[in-house]
Amino acid sequence: MGMTMTQKILAAHAGLDHVEAGQLIRANLDMVLGNDITSPVAINEFEKAGFSGVFDKSKISMVMDHFTPNKDIKAAQQCMQCRSFARKFDIDNFYDVGNMGIEHALLPEKGLVAAGECIIGADSHTCTYGALGAFSTGVGSTDMAAGMATGQAWFKVPEAICFRLHGQLQPYVSGKDVILHIIGMIGVDGALYQSMEFVGDGLKSLSMDDRLCIANMAIEAGGKNGIFQVDEITREYMKDKVNRPYTAYDPDEDAVYAKTYDIDLSAIRPTVAFPHLPENTKTIDEVGDVSIQQVVIGSCTNGRLSDMKTAAEILKGKKIHKDVRAIIIPATQKIYKECIHAGYLDIFIDAGCVVSTPTCGPCLGGHMGILAEGERCVATTNRNFVGRMGHTASEVYLASPAVAAASAITGKISNPAEV
Amino acid sequence: MQAKGHVHKYGDNIDTDVIIPARHLNTANHKELASHCMEDIDIDFVKKVQPGDIMVGGWNFGCGSSREHAPIAIKESGISCVIAKTFARIFYRNAINIGLAILECEEASDRIDNGDEVSIDFDTGIITNITKNETYQALPFPDFIKEIIAKGGLLPSIQKAK
Repeated sequence: MGMTMTQKILAAHAGLDHVEAGQLIRANLDMVLGNDITSPVAINEFEKAGFSGVFDKSKISMVMDHFTPNKDIKAAQQCMQCRSFARKFDIDNFYDVGNMGIEHALLPEKGLVAAGECIIGADSHTCTYGALGAFSTGVGSTDMAAGMATGQAWFKVPEAICFRLHGQLQPYVSGKDVILHIIGMIGVDGALYQSMEFVGDGLKSLSMDDRLCIANMAIEAGGKNGIFQVDEITREYMKDKVNRPYTAYDPDEDAVYAKTYDIDLSAIRPTVAFPHLPENTKTIDEVGDVSIQQVVIGSCTNGRLSDMKTAAEILKGKKIHKDVRAIIIPATQKIYKECIHAGYLDIFIDAGCVVSTPTCGPCLGGHMGILAEGERCVATTNRNFVGRMGHTASEVYLASPAVAAASAITGKISNPAEV
Repeated sequence: MQAKGHVHKYGDNIDTDVIIPARHLNTANHKELASHCMEDIDIDFVKKVQPGDIMVGGWNFGCGSSREHAPIAIKESGISCVIAKTFARIFYRNAINIGLAILECEEASDRIDNGDEVSIDFDTGIITNITKNETYQALPFPDFIKEIIAKGGLLPSIQKAK
């Protein structure tokens, strides 16, 4: 029986020739990640268990991105705890205010993750790195602690859903619309315990930023991981970032899938997920009249340079609606600088937006844009659960940067083609 | 191992943001986390919950964020076991790793009502609804996971394996 891409990576990291769906394995890890919220819990467990050292200081990343620059005293204490742990064990990849970015934008940018690698992160959106052809999945803090100490994690080998992509995206349609379309189709538990494997000639029309966005939201369909077959676009992306050998794993011809979906990219419309689940999707043609008070463009899902470019092209020479606050958050310092050099920051500020230093901030209702009772926000983030961005009676509408920028101008959820 | 208590019942897709809202993630203190458990969908939960009580959900319990603060808050609040039709996978492994008992049982999730008194035999996976005088059979854990639970969580199991 053939193996999927995920199964091949897991087999290789468990020292096995072959694995099958359902098999429980212990795999060696190439990277263990944590942030300023999940690392403190992991550090407490690590210390309580009495581990004397970390398995490999170059294979641990800690990124202070969620409540930073610190929003309050408790958040500052948590970062201090992480900083102290990172110093004690001389962690190579500790990213603090000044050089940090949103973790899932930062690690690929720094070349810390690569095709064929096996990665865990104490953050559910760790599945992002599947865009590079890696096996990468979110875990909890105890798994992170165990991973830091032993360099291993236990996994149940997942069965897979195959998404065969065809065709080409239409203007104003992006990776965000593709993944929202898929989640709308299969539901928030449609890929529960499974891997989502993306293949097909349609990959050619998806940039790395599109793929990172799609893989990022695999978790919103319940997926264990999302993974893209490596092609020239992936290799080109890794070329000047990853300076170690990597392996591209193709699925076997006779790999077994629980399900296969054929998706025509050219038929996907700009898509919006209504409150309070990412599966409550409507195409832009069906959204109706929804007035909004806030727009957030950023996050590990859509805070990359192409997202900023899309927003800038729509906002150029325009003013945002008087009743809307638009918050734009480039995901890393590098992206922030590129936005400055490309003139995007001028465009954003002239349009009436604010531009923030990198932070997860509003996405999880941390800071930098909390919603009041009854307010609605169009956000390029990844979750629209009850209370996610603030008051339990506020609402988050998930959309692409193009839809978010267009909506900021009109003050209601809008089609970017019509602004 | 046994558990017995009254049921706090919730619906499908209970996400970790409602189990413990992110505004409280600026602490890793278990008691403080527990004091906010479920507050965005059930403000009275922390007042009602008694040690040993049981939480019941529907499909995809614990979806969303990987925050281990969610199972920690539930466990620290006194809940002895969470029963659901399915669990989101990160919540599933977090619960096992920290030693919060969880069981998958569709029938129990359908039949048990809020407030019912329920007892659980973890060795057999039999859930008894004392209020309704019914029993349900939960799915057994694989041996590998039973071993982690028996050793008191992931870290003790790793250390004992050394």
